[in-house]
Amino acid sequence: MPGSIDIMHNILSVKTLRKTYGDLTAVDGVSFDIKRGEIVGLLGPNGAGKTTTINMILGVLKPDTGTIEIEGFNLFSRRCEAMARTNFAAVYAPLPGNLTILENLNIFGLLYEVDNIPEKVDKLIRQFDLGPFKNKKCGVLSSGEQTRVSLAKAMLNNPHLLLLDEPTASLDPATAREIRVRIREFATQSTSGILWTSHNMYEVEEVCDRVLFLSHGKILLEGNPKTLPAEHGKKTLEEIFIAVAREPLTLGAS
Amino acid sequence: MSFKRTFAILLRQLYLIRGSFSRVFPLFAWIGVDMILWGFLTKYLNAITSTAFNFVPVLLGAVLLWDFFIRIMQGVTMAFFEDVWSRNFLNIFSTPLTIREYVLGLVLSSITTSIVGVAVMVLIATIFFKLSLLVYGIMIIPFLIVLFLFGIALGIFGSALVLRFGPASEWFIWPIPALISPFAGVLYPVATLPGWMQFISHFLPPSYVFEGLRAIVAGKGVHISYLVWGGCLAVGYILLSYMFFIGIYRHALSTGLIARYSAETLA
Repeated sequence: MPGSIDIMHNILSVKTLRKTYGDLTAVDGVSFDIKRGEIVGLLGPNGAGKTTTINMILGVLKPDTGTIEIEGFNLFSRRCEAMARTNFAAVYAPLPGNLTILENLNIFGLLYEVDNIPEKVDKLIRQFDLGPFKNKKCGVLSSGEQTRVSLAKAMLNNPHLLLLDEPTASLDPATAREIRVRIREFATQSTSGILWTSHNMYEVEEVCDRVLFLSHGKILLEGNPKTLPAEHGKKTLEEIFIAVAREPLTLGAS
Repeated sequence: MSFKRTFAILLRQLYLIRGSFSRVFPLFAWIGVDMILWGFLTKYLNAITSTAFNFVPVLLGAVLLWDFFIRIMQGVTMAFFEDVWSRNFLNIFSTPLTIREYVLGLVLSSITTSIVGVAVMVLIATIFFKLSLLVYGIMIIPFLIVLFLFGIALGIFGSALVLRFGPASEWFIWPIPALISPFAGVLYPVATLPGWMQFISHFLPPSYVFEGLRAIVAGKGVHISYLVWGGCLAVGYILLSYMFFIGIYRHALSTGLIARYSAETLA
């Protein structure tokens, strides 16, 4: 039964996902799972298919083939149930700049049918240090503050699946570290699954339990970010990233 | 169907209006000007014509109803454009919100914003130009409903066009009422038009509304057939425009347009 405890070991189950745009294959047979409490890094060079994959999981892009299940709910036949368990934050999807933080969070609280919205919004505003700006329009906030607002929105419905597309890209190192700690806590306390994309390999190594390297729409490598470099004769995760970007065939064969 | 999610779309519009004079002003300003302009014109026509014919209900009343229709249509498209302008599609369409709830939210936003404009129009027309909507009798209500439904249908259709062709295609939408008005016989009987224009007017619900209201003012009684035809066409257009919106939305999901809307086209 969808949503039952037995099969909820996997929060997200993606099978043979494929998406083409004309002659270009953006995602080519991608399959992976995310378990409860697990943070999975989706890595790869620009154009590898990360955002396309995330958009398909968010239900805003229809794959040509393949299935996506969120806690057992098929995204295409049970969209409402699947999306009610999901949320996301991405640097390219800021909340409307003509509304205040409070207004935006109230609206998204309604869209996700959050219980006791004022209390939840108040808690998130405190958690992300947004109190001084809560009545300011999002468009006048700094990019770091906007990122925190997006993250607060992403936590509104206590998502079981959280998709974060470069969540710390516009944050200073101190704030980025703070945010990473909070997201890590969120994953541990709520036993939610998180799919995280980032180009900061030190961050990925610190935060992720498992990483998937995408290249040309395919998963080329998968493993523990702490042990993966040694397994492939590299010193750091960044070296693997560069190798994936420049010589994907040599890595795929190793 | 979730009332909360539908209400979220309406609430967004209310927040925007509350915080922006530039959104409040157009709700009543231009239609207020329209009422004053047509009000004086009808007064002038009444003064220079020797007959006892009263132009106020025929011309000013017609303009009021036509502006009502435009407000309803633009109420839907304006609420939709807010998501276009703030590039908000990725955020809202990745929530559990369904298309039915979204479109209903746009309709509720339109009703709410149109109330302001209609109230201002009725006040000006009644106080300054002695227009009484009672002259149309009880039939004003079903005829208003027909205009309302057709306004909603065109609003949904216009929103679907912008979703398909991108933010720059807004200019397709604004002139739609002006393009329809010559065929709809707002200010003159449809019989005035040449045959090919009359043929087109048969497919427009407002032409039945204005023909019906003119008949009432002229003392020719109520033509129920006008109401039935106008009503059936308006309901048909609502269904067609909704199906069109769904089709465009599905196309946008396949092409990735929802996720990358600012790109306008992915071709």
